Amino acid sequence: MAQTDSLITTDVSVTDRERTSRPDETVVRADGLEVHYGEERALTDVDIDIPERKVTAIIGPSGCGKSTFLRCVNRMNDQIDTCRIDGDLSFHGKNVYDDDVDPVALRRKIGMVFQKPNPFPKSIRDNVAYGLRVQGKTDDVDARVRQALEGAALWEEVEGQLDSSGLDLSGGQQQRLCIARAIAPDPEVLLMDEPTSALDPVAAAKIEDLIADLAREYTVIIVTHNMQQAARISDKTAVFLTGGELVEFDDTATIFEDPDDQRVEDYITGRFG
Amino acid sequence: MSTDTSPDPGITAEVADADRRRNRRVRRLLFGCTSITVLTTIAIFAVLFDNAFQFFTDERFHQWLIGMAADLTLYFPEQRVGLLEFFTDTEWRPSHADDPRFGIIPLAAGTLLVTIGAAFVSIPIGTATALYLSEYATPGTRKYLKPTLEVLAGIPTIVYGFFALTFITPVIVGPLGALFGISVGRFSALSGSIVVGIMTIPMVASISEDAMSSVPDELRNGAYALGASKYRVSLSVVLPASISGVMASYILAVSRAIGETMAVLLAAGYSANLTGNPFDEIMTMTAYMVDATRSTMTVGSVEFQSLFAVGLALFCMTLTANLVNDYVKRRYREVYR
Ligand SMILES: Nc1ncnc2c1ncn2[C@@H]1O[C@H](COP(=O)(O)OP(=O)(O)O)[C@@H](O)[C@H]1O
Ligand SMILES: [Mg+2]
Repeated sequence: MAQTDSLITTDVSVTDRERTSRPDETVVRADGLEVHYGEERALTDVDIDIPERKVTAIIGPSGCGKSTFLRCVNRMNDQIDTCRIDGDLSFHGKNVYDDDVDPVALRRKIGMVFQKPNPFPKSIRDNVAYGLRVQGKTDDVDARVRQALEGAALWEEVEGQLDSSGLDLSGGQQQRLCIARAIAPDPEVLLMDEPTSALDPVAAAKIEDLIADLAREYTVIIVTHNMQQAARISDKTAVFLTGGELVEFDDTATIFEDPDDQRVEDYITGRFG
Repeated sequence: MSTDTSPDPGITAEVADADRRRNRRVRRLLFGCTSITVLTTIAIFAVLFDNAFQFFTDERFHQWLIGMAADLTLYFPEQRVGLLEFFTDTEWRPSHADDPRFGIIPLAAGTLLVTIGAAFVSIPIGTATALYLSEYATPGTRKYLKPTLEVLAGIPTIVYGFFALTFITPVIVGPLGALFGISVGRFSALSGSIVVGIMTIPMVASISEDAMSSVPDELRNGAYALGASKYRVSLSVVLPASISGVMASYILAVSRAIGETMAVLLAAGYSANLTGNPFDEIMTMTAYMVDATRSTMTVGSVEFQSLFAVGLALFCMTLTANLVNDYVKRRYREVYR
């Protein structure tokens, strides 16, 4: 993915230059982040700097807190009564758990794609337009819908049937519809929680291809339990291990070829439980 | 190939025979119980139809069939009350000495008035209650509210009737009528609508709430993640996603309102006025049937047989509601993968 680096920087318009000229500007930063569900600790003292317009993969055994971390970023954990969050999690330097942060406003900047495709029982058009309507972006809805569907590599397949139900699509198409729905309001960050684990390999491969394209415009944070997938599509990889500890975070190549931590090496080579 | 050496590892039919016989007996017993409901439905329809036939003609349907079979000639029985009169006459006065009239329109209109009025009460309040219970109430609140709803649903309808007579009419409908300069009597269509509406709130609320709670959380989270607020998630995701169950609850409530008797009798009265004024006393189809069975009439008289004609019409209305319900369920069912 090192090639995409130069692509981004040459592509950038002058007004955006300030934000993106430094290739590794941090968008999401965790600092001493701890999460509890009731008495049970799910994340332990997590420090991480997630760079802009890169694909950052989060891997680790199941139950190690990957989804929990992702849900901290857009405050979806607010939905869970027992969940308690300590430490800092900042978006462009602003702690998202500050009192003056509105989770609704935050989620307009940070889109999310879930493990199971979850289109609304509405037409394809209304699915994609949902976020636009919620966020009051009601001008040029049709053009934005089309752009989002193109961005999610779904436009050609659904062009003539925008009014049919999103539920009539295949699983892989549904997931791309959900991606279109997430990118339609043009967020900065895209969170993806095992977006391909419910799909067949062909549909999954399509989404993997798509993620590389998405990283030109968005900061992608993707949780996956599939290490090959992380190795294929990500620039950076964070390895969480049981107990909710972030054990190592580095360039993907380094993590997979020459990790610092013995436990990471064990996990990567399959010697870890 | 001698039979005496044939092996017997204990897998022949003989071994399981007793079991199979018991199985057969149980199946017959269960089938017998099931057929009771089916047979009852058929019997009710047969009796209604047989007698309603006599209302329109001079003999029962089965007598007519037997007569025809006996002399093998097709003849049309003499008419008593014409179908045209029954469906188009605007007066219902079966016991009038000189000029009895049997137009079902005033009764059907009474039933429809009460039913539609009730729907205006039960549908919005029931839906709002369901949304509150499913989307807003904390588990603690829900734990107390749901049983309360069920208690409301379990109150005998005659008690609702007294509630209408002693509270709804004097405290709500009376003053409301006074506001429009109308003096409201003991009975009014509006009281009937309100009381039947209140009675059917639990039905709408509880069935809709079941449908809403079974909407998968993934859908809600999808909307929250797009920056939707709670009320928007409730109205634009949960409600549409549960629409088939919600519609079913509406139709069940309507069909319950059509058939409702005691509360309506005590609230709306029994005077067959054809009116659109909600403050007037009216008579529903069910109310007529109660009223008629209390009076003295000769079995087989036109007046007596009119009970069955009205009953058959009522049966057809609720049957229609049930068919619509089935259709809606099939039409709006969404499949979540
Ligand atoms: N809603 C919840 N309520 C209570 N505990 C939870 C909840 N979600 C996750 N957990 C717990 O937090 C830990 C981390 O879970 P999760 O973030 O889902 O892990 P992962 O996505 O890596 O499989 C697990 O021990 C899990 O049991
Ligand atoms: Mg997970």
